[in-house]
Amino acid sequence: MENKFKMKSEALNFYYGDFHALRDINLTFPEKKVTALIGPSGCGKSTYLRCFNRMNDLIKGIKVVGGIYLDNQEIHDHKLDVVELRRRVGMVFQKPNPFPKTIYENIAYAPRIHGLVSKGSEMDDLVEGSLKKAGLWEEVKDRLKSQATALSGGQQQRLCIARALAMEPEVLLMDEPASALDPIATQKIEELIYELKERLTVIIVTHNMQQAARVSDYTAFFYMGELIEVGDTSTIFTNPSVKKTEDYITGRFG
Amino acid sequence: MDKEKRRQQRINRRYRGETIFRACSMMAIVVAAAFLIFFLVDIIRTGYTAFQQTEINVDVVYNQDTVDFPQTAVPDELSDLVSRGFLRLIPNQVEADPELMGTTQNMWILAEAEVDQYIKGKPNKLDEEEIAVVEKLRAEGKIKKFFNKGFFTNGDSKLPEMAGLKSAVIGTLYVLMLTMMFSIPVGVMTAIYLEEFASDNWLTRIIEVNINNLAAIPSIIFGLLGLAIFINIFGVPRSSALAGGLTLSLMTLPVIIISTRASLRSVPDTIRQGAQGVGASPWQVVWHHILPLSLPGIMTGSIIGLAHAMGETAPLLIVGMLAYIPSAPTSITEAATVLPAQIYTWSSDSLRAYTERTALGIIVLLSILLMLNAVAVVLRNKYERKW
Amino acid sequence: MLKVLLYFLIGVLPLCYMAFYIGSKKAKKGEAALGERFHSRPGHYGWFTVIWMAVPSLVISFIFTLLGSSKVFIVPASMRLSTVLVLAAFGLWFALRKINPSLRARNFIEQTIKVALITASLVSIITTIGIVFSILFEAMHFFSKVPIWDFITGTEWSPDTAFLEGAGRDGSEAAKAQFGSLPIFSGTFIITIIALLVAVPIGLFSAIFMSEYASNRVRGMVKPILEILAGIPTVVYGFFAAITVSPLVVRTAEAMGLQADYTNALSPGLVMGIMIIPFVSSLSDDVINAIPQNMREGSLALGMTRSETMKHVLLPAALPGIISAVLLALSRAIGETMIVVMAAGLQPNLTWNPLEGMTTVTVRIVDALTGDQSFDSLETLSAFGLGFVLLIVTLILNIVSSIVIRKFRKQYV
Repeated sequence: MENKFKMKSEALNFYYGDFHALRDINLTFPEKKVTALIGPSGCGKSTYLRCFNRMNDLIKGIKVVGGIYLDNQEIHDHKLDVVELRRRVGMVFQKPNPFPKTIYENIAYAPRIHGLVSKGSEMDDLVEGSLKKAGLWEEVKDRLKSQATALSGGQQQRLCIARALAMEPEVLLMDEPASALDPIATQKIEELIYELKERLTVIIVTHNMQQAARVSDYTAFFYMGELIEVGDTSTIFTNPSVKKTEDYITGRFG
Repeated sequence: MDKEKRRQQRINRRYRGETIFRACSMMAIVVAAAFLIFFLVDIIRTGYTAFQQTEINVDVVYNQDTVDFPQTAVPDELSDLVSRGFLRLIPNQVEADPELMGTTQNMWILAEAEVDQYIKGKPNKLDEEEIAVVEKLRAEGKIKKFFNKGFFTNGDSKLPEMAGLKSAVIGTLYVLMLTMMFSIPVGVMTAIYLEEFASDNWLTRIIEVNINNLAAIPSIIFGLLGLAIFINIFGVPRSSALAGGLTLSLMTLPVIIISTRASLRSVPDTIRQGAQGVGASPWQVVWHHILPLSLPGIMTGSIIGLAHAMGETAPLLIVGMLAYIPSAPTSITEAATVLPAQIYTWSSDSLRAYTERTALGIIVLLSILLMLNAVAVVLRNKYERKW
Repeated sequence: MLKVLLYFLIGVLPLCYMAFYIGSKKAKKGEAALGERFHSRPGHYGWFTVIWMAVPSLVISFIFTLLGSSKVFIVPASMRLSTVLVLAAFGLWFALRKINPSLRARNFIEQTIKVALITASLVSIITTIGIVFSILFEAMHFFSKVPIWDFITGTEWSPDTAFLEGAGRDGSEAAKAQFGSLPIFSGTFIITIIALLVAVPIGLFSAIFMSEYASNRVRGMVKPILEILAGIPTVVYGFFAAITVSPLVVRTAEAMGLQADYTNALSPGLVMGIMIIPFVSSLSDDVINAIPQNMREGSLALGMTRSETMKHVLLPAALPGIISAVLLALSRAIGETMIVVMAAGLQPNLTWNPLEGMTTVTVRIVDALTGDQSFDSLETLSAFGLGFVLLIVTLILNIVSSIVIRKFRKQYV
């Protein structure tokens, strides 16, 4: 992991009230690579992911101790606005959650509130570009004005990805993006992730081992709020150094 | 064998109990429905006659004498049978149209309320002589019922045949407008704060408990508040639409807050997360996503709250809105009355002729409320989103 | 009204638009000149300017209006206008000076909005405080003149001579005013009991019918019927009680050889009972439906009939909810005004006979406040004394009701 890091966490501890959900997590995410976070449910991987764009701020009674850095800036720093942070660090959720607006409006929304484009024609280009990047353009180009909620689940999820890409984020967080989808839609999402790393850094939480193995460059294994092991995906899956990782990957528990 | 028989009896008894219980529960519904039907039929039966008003065809003489003594303008035996309201206006008519002077006009004019009641076959105070005159007129076709336009175009009057709803309708509009202008923004803002921004602390909890309690306080207490605070401390004119509107807004506020909160809560969190995920600020999340999505619900709740306020009487009586208002108010600080208060004042008048007008007023009020509720239901069915 | 609106349209709105334009323009120019993105979008700087210009001046003019109308301190019109304008100009200047690339205009707006929302939420608290204090204050005033013990236990209510004392003459010329509220409370109590005797059985059985026996289609028809009952204005019920039900009761009583007044307690009680049916039925229906299906199935699986299931399993389980519904209906009935004002009597009457005329707390309040009494006369004050008791009783009922229902919810939901 000698590459330049895009994000990293240092001695990160996270508490839900009295519950110590994450313990001392030190982890760096290299630029333009896909890092997968795996582990049994309840291990804290989603919580960890949501720290990177401070989505956990919404939950009451939480406490974060330690640092998270985007490039070299601490994200809890008062100089960095949470809105700006979320523009730079996009997120895709477990269940597709398009806004109940038209397809076009779904994508145009974020660029508009962030003032990323000024003219209507630029916006059209941006929408088209984002949909193309998300591999959805061919399917929806004739019905940009129809309701996004009418799309199929897989299309909705790709729309959500396109929606995030339209902000031109530097990092994309994906929280089990394919868990609510059928295998074909899942495959499309995975191909997409593979293309995305040309442009940005991806952090993906998945409970699906094969998926982690297929899409990621690095894999980090979490267990009970602790980071057990991290390394090249191929190394983790073929030759883990910790017994617990091996047990999990080979399906002895989880 | 005996045992078997007893068992059978027992089962039969239990089934009888079941039938009785079931019959009781159905009876309850039947009683409620029967009451509703009886009630509506009774009101309509009492009120529908007021849709028509009796008029008499007479020759009205316009000259200096009749201007000075209007009751001489019509034939002597009719002077007690036509509306005094009409006679009183003769000088004004001449003033408005001097050419009338010295002419005799044949026209249909309003009959006195007792005559009207007699023609409609209701209890009345006409004596035998007057009845004879009315019967003669009837035989000549000079007495007839016409559509009661005056009921909708006149203000209140001390003469039942002239009394109308116009000033009450206008007063109601003023009061409702004020109620809406105040309670909807404040209510929606409160709901947004509680649902979307407030953290769970003592202040929030106090506000919540407080709103639930306010919703259950008897309406008359709000009247006492309006009297003590708005009228006595802030010098809002008594009986004015402003006093009534402010009082009703405070009363409607909890209704609007509660319904708005429910409709904000029905928007799923995935929408909030999605918007936040693309970097929308908390207010942008609410303004761009949550509010538009919950708008139909908010509107439905507001309409129901307003319909509720529209039928409210008690607090308005306390702030003085039972005044006699013959002509419609033109500003919110003038004395005004509202539909239910007008119904109340008419119903407490001892003249029988007001009864049918009261009932017609009720029919009008109920129709408006029914319409408002229908709009609310349509809005809900059309725009409500299932998540 | 129109004047205020006009003043707003031609005065405030264009000024705000101007401030918005200047503010956002300045941000845009700044971005172009410096070649760097400002922290927030230009529109945010526009709003930033508007807030600084408009909010302080509008707040101060609102305060002036309040001071003026409550006659605490009347600010001359010229001074009001000049203060407001100077404040607006200062705000505008200040906002424009502050605009720079690192100014967090969006965060400022968000904070302002949040403050506005909190202010709106405080209105309901202020209302409660207003209710409690205005009523408490006047009631204290009343109880300082009429001993509270006499008020509660006295059986004679004759405030008619109170105005003599109010006018500075002693009561020796006429009988002294009496404020014994027992007959008023007894009247309220009897009418309320009659209402509950109607509403509880009908409401409860309606709820049972809807939750257990009715098909979805029938339920869809029955529910609106009950809801209509709650939506009819009380003045309409009052008219019906006075014009139709009262004569009916009198005639029926006569047929049975009894004597009844036209202002008898029975007719407002009956009609009020009908009015509060939905309060009992809809909450009871919810509560019965909230009981887990497995309790119902468990009972039916033991070979119980539906009515036995209802009586032995569901109703006992739903009892707290039903009690809560009844308490709510009770509080509604006690506070109900128009039906009793129109159909019950004005004279306090300490009797158990529902065929006699009697009066209630709410009737006395309305009667005391709609006459020509001056505001500080003893009779007017007595209305606040009664209002205070009414407020306390209904509050206690509501609080108990909500505690009971919360217990129920905790158990099953």
